Amino acid sequence: MTTDSILLGLAGVLAAAAPIIFAAIGETLAERSGVINLSVNGTILLAAMGGFAVAVTIDNLLLGCLAGMLVGALVALVVAFSSITLRQSQVAVGFVLALMCRDLAYFLGNPYMGLSGPRIPSWPIPVLSEIPILGPLLFRQDILTYLSYVLIIVAWLWIFKTRPGLILQGVGERPAAAFVRGANVNRTRYLYTILGGALVGLAGPTYSLSVKAGWKGTISGLDGIGWIALAITIFGGWNPIRVAFGAYLFALLQWLGLVLQPSLPGIPSQVLQVAPFPLMILALLIVNIGNTEWVERVLATLPESARKLIARLLRSLRASPPASLGVPFEQE
Amino acid sequence: MTRNKSRWINISFQFAAILLALLFTTIILLFSGAPPLQAYANIINGSIGSLKKFSDVLVAWVPLLLTTTGLLVTFTAGLWNIGIEGQITLGAIFTTGLLRLFQDSGLPPGLILILAMLAGMLGGALWASLAGALKTFGGVNEIFGGLGLNFVATALTLWLIFGPWKRPGIGSMSGTEPFPNHLWLPMISGTRLSIWAVIIGIIALAVIYIVLRGSYFGLRLKAVGKNIRSSFLIGIPTSRYMMSAFILCGALAGLAGAVQVTAVYHRLIPSISSGYGYLGLLVAMLINYKALLVIPVSLFFAALNIGSIQLPIILKLDSTLSGVLQGALVLFFLMMDGVRQRVLRKAER
Amino acid sequence: MHVELIGIHKYFGNVHASDDIHMTIPSGAIHAILGENGAGKSTLMKVLSGFIQADQGEIRLDGKPVIIHSPADAIHHGIGMLHQDPLDFPPMKVIDNFLVGSPGKPIPNRKNVIRSLEELQKEFDFTIDLNAYMDTLTVGERQQLEILRLLWLGAQVLILDEPTTGISAPQKVKLFDTLRILAGQGKTVIFVSHKLEDVESLCTKVSVLRRGKLVGEVEPPFDIDELVTMMFGKVVSLGKRAVVEQGQAILELKHFSVEDYRMRLSEVDLQVHAGEVIGLAGMEGSGQLLFLQTCAGIHRPITGQLMLNNQDLTGKSYHTFVNLGVRYVPASRMEEGLIPGLSLTEHFVLAGEQTKPFVDWAASEKTADERIVEFNIHGKPTTMVEDLSGGNQQRALLALLRTPLSLILMEHPTRGLDVESSIYIWSKLKERCRQGSAILFISADLDEILHYSDRILVFYSGKVSPPLNAMETTVDQLGQLIGGKGWPSTGSWQPAEAG
Repeated sequence: MTTDSILLGLAGVLAAAAPIIFAAIGETLAERSGVINLSVNGTILLAAMGGFAVAVTIDNLLLGCLAGMLVGALVALVVAFSSITLRQSQVAVGFVLALMCRDLAYFLGNPYMGLSGPRIPSWPIPVLSEIPILGPLLFRQDILTYLSYVLIIVAWLWIFKTRPGLILQGVGERPAAAFVRGANVNRTRYLYTILGGALVGLAGPTYSLSVKAGWKGTISGLDGIGWIALAITIFGGWNPIRVAFGAYLFALLQWLGLVLQPSLPGIPSQVLQVAPFPLMILALLIVNIGNTEWVERVLATLPESARKLIARLLRSLRASPPASLGVPFEQE
Repeated sequence: MTRNKSRWINISFQFAAILLALLFTTIILLFSGAPPLQAYANIINGSIGSLKKFSDVLVAWVPLLLTTTGLLVTFTAGLWNIGIEGQITLGAIFTTGLLRLFQDSGLPPGLILILAMLAGMLGGALWASLAGALKTFGGVNEIFGGLGLNFVATALTLWLIFGPWKRPGIGSMSGTEPFPNHLWLPMISGTRLSIWAVIIGIIALAVIYIVLRGSYFGLRLKAVGKNIRSSFLIGIPTSRYMMSAFILCGALAGLAGAVQVTAVYHRLIPSISSGYGYLGLLVAMLINYKALLVIPVSLFFAALNIGSIQLPIILKLDSTLSGVLQGALVLFFLMMDGVRQRVLRKAER
Repeated sequence: MHVELIGIHKYFGNVHASDDIHMTIPSGAIHAILGENGAGKSTLMKVLSGFIQADQGEIRLDGKPVIIHSPADAIHHGIGMLHQDPLDFPPMKVIDNFLVGSPGKPIPNRKNVIRSLEELQKEFDFTIDLNAYMDTLTVGERQQLEILRLLWLGAQVLILDEPTTGISAPQKVKLFDTLRILAGQGKTVIFVSHKLEDVESLCTKVSVLRRGKLVGEVEPPFDIDELVTMMFGKVVSLGKRAVVEQGQAILELKHFSVEDYRMRLSEVDLQVHAGEVIGLAGMEGSGQLLFLQTCAGIHRPITGQLMLNNQDLTGKSYHTFVNLGVRYVPASRMEEGLIPGLSLTEHFVLAGEQTKPFVDWAASEKTADERIVEFNIHGKPTTMVEDLSGGNQQRALLALLRTPLSLILMEHPTRGLDVESSIYIWSKLKERCRQGSAILFISADLDEILHYSDRILVFYSGKVSPPLNAMETTVDQLGQLIGGKGWPSTGSWQPAEAG
């Protein structure tokens, strides 16, 4: 394989990761506020279909993207209303929506199946795209991929460096303490759930207007992506940069699965394509095992120095979710 | 408030939920330019229009009955066994594997079929115990562990179909080589329905119903699901009970997979689970985990699935309309339940 | 800031948690609010800090009547509250934690904030690493940080709720120094406590609450005996002391040490005999719960040995303990004891022995009925436990104990119950003793401890006293030990000093 084709492939990985980044960072924002939006998989499909339908019908790419975001925001609103105002289980509502939105996408998308539609053109950035290696890798993408780069940084800055972001962290971590400091817990949760939902929605048109342009119903190959995005949110420890790392890793593994298949005849392509999933489970295991009771019990039998060392190691690997994730807040 | 009155309030809220779900689906139909009444008529006609069609409903009902029954066990223990799709798949894989192993062995077909069913249960149980172990000993939420295992199970199926178990010549999405007729569960003539499958499904529900309702095991499981801390302190080995719930549910899901192989498809196909695991989760939520309602509601959901198969041919609509209606029903049930509790809370103040 | 509370009333259902409280606290004061658990201290402070609103009454700050809608509103009025378990964000960095909810531009200039915080730290001689993570700090440091944060936000009145629980002795000294500095600056410090020693060494005035009422205000020099009497009231007659003959040793602890992230209890030696009742006294969070749960097998001791009926159970699982006749009865009845959504019958079945795979519901209902009558539970076998009143839930918990049991470990056996129910519960427990069980129990009620225990262990900030003979101990002695007075500073324990 030539250097050029590798570069092209890696550039494709960056583009393929963009929708996952939108979805996983959107979910990160919602979960940071304490709300799990489990509907992601259905939302992406419905938004992909909706965005494509709008873009085809009125021949406007921007409105297509906005339509996808609107779909995501509306679904998230249902999650927020059901869980915050009506106090139903977030998992139950999100799961139902994940299934229903998927079927809705296939049902409503039926007339648009296989239509040829507009596609977001790639837009090499002048000057930057001429830099050797980095240029073709980073700067010969389309606008949505650039947006994904920006989102990683902006979301990270927002969560960790701004006052509203700190309140977001506080609301998810310990709503009672955030409330004491003047935060309106439920309003914050509504806001970030809907905003996060809009980002999840953006992942849809990113597929149907760019990465996997078009709408092909059940064979669009998008079913399952949303669940991966949810897992990457956990793997990323609710930190946009770690989340982006997870998304790139996933896209890279999928690409490698395709590229390496001819050279590894013994390993069927299906195995390489699902390699990310066992790895995801392993990653979840590593970040969670420090929280279990039996580990604590085993640790208690060890001598003091070993106990402290292992405890510290597990602690550094541990990714603990926002402490109030999924728990409704009741003000006294 | 009297028990009777609150019961009527419950029923009226549930009725409102059904109306809202129908209204929502109707709007969707109008939005896509389809005549709603005709669509509904088609679904009804397509499911109970003839004895043949109804027998197809029963064919779909059995695996759904089995998965919902299994999920009653995990929900009783307070667990979200989303990995059930993979458990069905592994059941189908184990069944197929056993059938392949013994199809030329000369053993009596009845015995092979019984062994195949047991193998399916074993496969489902093993896959479920993996999700269970991740949850109880690894701290990995069963939703994500289960989802990941679902994908792995699908990949495993594809690998087998295109790899070791591929059809003579070239593997294809149509699945493995079909088994000879004598390794099919016997069907009622003129239909695709196997009475044995129906019997298996009903026995499974009856057994689980009795176990959950009457046994010490069932009661402890319920306790674990309602309050794991109290249950632990009262002396119930909670981890062991959660694992048992996973394994039991996995065995039933695996049995559903075995039925799909031996009674429906007669081979292993890529989407062998047909989504009955996820659909079972919806049914279980809708009936609020009450075992007696499993039969009518899962039958209704199966009827929606079968009834909508004809929509693409007659009305050029996608058959996923059934999924939309099913999802809307559960969603509005959950939401109306929330509204009801909110109204009651307000009334108490 | 001059704080006045005028005729504050607050009800929770039928409970009159604040009953016509009048109080005046001038600026520069360090004013103690003293009372036992449940006396109404926190309710009053929650009213003042905006967590809840009074049903009746008025708050005046510097003479002006104010209405405080929320904790955030309180801080606008200059009232800041430091909660017993500091309301902060454990996984965040100190500086981030500090910035949550602070006013200012959307993107804070951390360097500036750190610089001025360091200056503020110096003023009080604090040395917190502002870039550390909160969960690496001690409770004492987290408190210091909260104080800084509240001052930073312009607090003129500082309410501290049980601030000396869970902090080390040097940190306490530092805290008190800080509070004195603040009072010297004209700030108003309100110090909520039940620790006599702290109140005595720090406060300029004490208001004592009991059962929602203000029972008295005292100025220094304090007469400890008087404070104790005011706090705990007159002794309610609990009837004649039941004497139970003691048998062989049930529980033996040898060089027993336990530890959690807050504290460590070292080298406890104890022998508990059949029929004996041991009371564990101490303010909440002094280590008695950790001790009790370790005896139940829920935690493991880090050193030492635990013998039950001459069998070494050190490091065995909780279920081994349960199977060998140990039963732990937790205080939070609905969270840890009972299972909401299950009926009384189902509870009795769960707690009982299993003889066959299926439950005989008819027989179980009959047994449940008998137990309900025997334990005087107001409910039917089909009643869901969450529909029972507190007293009935507690009796149900007792009724769930199997026979025979070697060791019963109870947390607050009668908390929240009326006197009659309490006496009933203890009559049942003493019956257990006669059948050969040993009992260890935690209580905040000194009369209960003195009246029902044979021996008493006092816990104070992770220290454990040797067993005291309950017959020879007075309420005053016990109250002082719990408040941290009369403990030997170093060397061996001499109970005679306890007076």
